[in-house]
Amino acid sequence: MVTCVNDAMFPDTGKAVVTLLRRLGVDVEFPQAQACCGQPMVNTGYLDEAVPVVRNCVSAFEGYDAVVTPSGSCAGSVRHQHGIVARRAGDPALGAMSDRTYELSEFLVDVLGVTDVGAYFPHTVAYHPTCHSLRMLGVGDRPHQLLRAVRGLRLVDLPKAEECCGFGGTFALKNADTSVAMGSDKARQVVNTGAEVLVAGDNSCLMHVGGLLSRQRSGVRVMHLAEILASTETAA
Amino acid sequence: MNATFVGMPPFPSAARDALADSQLRGNLAKATGTIRAKRAAVVAEVDDWEELRLAGAALKDRALLDLDSKLVQLEESLTAAGAVVHWARDAEEACRIVASVARDHGVDEVVKVKSMATQEIGLNEHLEAEGIAAWETDLAELIVQLGEDLPSHILVPAIHRNRAEIREIFLRRMAEVGRPAPADLTDEPVELANAARLHLREKFLRAKVAVSGANFAVADSGTLVVVESEGNGRMCLTLPEVLVSVVGIEKVVPTWQDLDVFLQLLPRSSTGERMNPYTSTWSGVTPGDGPQEVHVVLLDNGRTRALADEVGRQALRCIRCSACLNVCPVYERTGGHAYGSVYPGPIGAILNPLLRGVGTDEQVDSLPYASSLCGACFEACPVRIDIPSVLVDLRAQVVDAHRPSAKPEAVAMKAAAWSFGSGARLGVVERLSGVVGGATGRVGRRRLPGGRAALSRVPFGAAWTRSRDLPVPPRESFRAWWKRTDGGRS
Repeated sequence: MVTCVNDAMFPDTGKAVVTLLRRLGVDVEFPQAQACCGQPMVNTGYLDEAVPVVRNCVSAFEGYDAVVTPSGSCAGSVRHQHGIVARRAGDPALGAMSDRTYELSEFLVDVLGVTDVGAYFPHTVAYHPTCHSLRMLGVGDRPHQLLRAVRGLRLVDLPKAEECCGFGGTFALKNADTSVAMGSDKARQVVNTGAEVLVAGDNSCLMHVGGLLSRQRSGVRVMHLAEILASTETAA
Repeated sequence: MNATFVGMPPFPSAARDALADSQLRGNLAKATGTIRAKRAAVVAEVDDWEELRLAGAALKDRALLDLDSKLVQLEESLTAAGAVVHWARDAEEACRIVASVARDHGVDEVVKVKSMATQEIGLNEHLEAEGIAAWETDLAELIVQLGEDLPSHILVPAIHRNRAEIREIFLRRMAEVGRPAPADLTDEPVELANAARLHLREKFLRAKVAVSGANFAVADSGTLVVVESEGNGRMCLTLPEVLVSVVGIEKVVPTWQDLDVFLQLLPRSSTGERMNPYTSTWSGVTPGDGPQEVHVVLLDNGRTRALADEVGRQALRCIRCSACLNVCPVYERTGGHAYGSVYPGPIGAILNPLLRGVGTDEQVDSLPYASSLCGACFEACPVRIDIPSVLVDLRAQVVDAHRPSAKPEAVAMKAAAWSFGSGARLGVVERLSGVVGGATGRVGRRRLPGGRAALSRVPFGAAWTRSRDLPVPPRESFRAWWKRTDGGRS
């Protein structure tokens, strides 16, 4: 499940997931019927609108052993919100994919059992543990384990890392001022670490913090965890 | 002399003003940071904290499930112990009951223990209109009252004030309502506390009637419990002749033994202490000891409405500890006034809509959206209220209450649902955005760190781009790449 945001805005993240999983011997498919997990509708209160979106999502992934997604937030939505939509629609089948959907770092560490994925990335990196990965899924230090095994990479501590960046989906628009106030504090913490790259498991959060870091001409770039893990000496 | 939350603008606009208040931002960051660290330290030393949370949630759920019988049991125990029990459907009824008790004793003033229920019903304003002064005796409530201000936190209502501001308020206002502050008052906390102590002392010694709330109401023993830090509560609960307690009906716990769990959960979650300095418990009247006339007003004021909400009823477990406020990144930046209620922060964002209902007041309807759904509140809540899930459910109630809607947001959501309802349709949208992105990418000169083309202004996208650059949509979506290259295999 590449997610709508990655599909439309960050295709390189999707390609990185494909590269990475194939390198680890996984047979990767991209069902073309997939579109969105339904989270934008559910989180904004549009449950009726979410029903066809979730129905499409569940039917697109029917028959696969595992659904892997480079987004803690979308994995969280599948696991915790498809049930809400299923109740609304009176159709328990809409909860069918919740148990076999994994966020990327969970799939790598728990299902494949690897932490060293053979990556090389010679840069100073700060990791932001996005809220839904951290608190909804409980991915814990899996991303850190993966990053620490990357050759050449220097992982620096991000103070107040567990604090929300302020993206929050439509919160970023409906409460833009508060969202930006939160993001600015996050950006300041990132800049203070001296990292060249801010990495996270969710491009939507990165689009928000990255948009602020860019506006401030901070020079710090943002990258999805998958893109770092897909990098190798030959590819770089 | 009291300010009011009535007529507050919806959250986004109230928050905008608060965000620009650098003093407020500084005060809040410092205060919430300190109390967060204290709470984290004392919670970490309890090995069975998670079990305690589960027990607290289960006990409250049990009481709420049997609320009808538990309340009748409470009334019987209280009455047997010599208390007079009143039932109040709403704020108006509760205020009238308290005022009539005060009038019966011919007083023109009452002393108050810090109480959220009486703040909720606007008791002070009601009493003032009847010519009865209600003196707040909790230090932070006193600061708010003297400052003709509004509370901005459940536990620390004056959290938005620093000591320099408090000194100024004391010097300016104490003399008007009682013993003046010393002329040479500095902003040292000890001196400020001393000034408050002397100012309040004459009120404690003079008052005939006290008003309190209760943290817990024990059904089997007919006991009310007040947990506090300053001793002002103990003064109010023991010195006056008459005591009136306004108690939300969700405060009931089944047995005395249940306090074991809550008296561990509450202080660690609220003040970050292992145990609070003062715990007062009283069961009706004790002859010759303390108030000889004890009234208890059991308050609904929307609680049965909240109880009927299948997802939201868990909010009635709340023990008003404020842990969710202290860990909330939104609250830390906007402060409490932006929520337009005596219940601010994450719990306020669910409690106000649950108590008052959605779909009729724009301000109330804005509250479920005053959250990034980061989940820090749920993690901190000692009675495991899943605030993010309740927020999401309330958002659906707000949207449903306004259906059918032609608001731009509703139209955009319908359009998004259409394109997100099928891979083929999303593919068409992506091809369009790719063409637009390709064109703007060539024209625009902004570059994100790393080199990707970016936009700093987008038609209809000002809410995003006023402060944030936006990556230009790629010319080829992932979907199109997969199709063109057979998933990278060709």
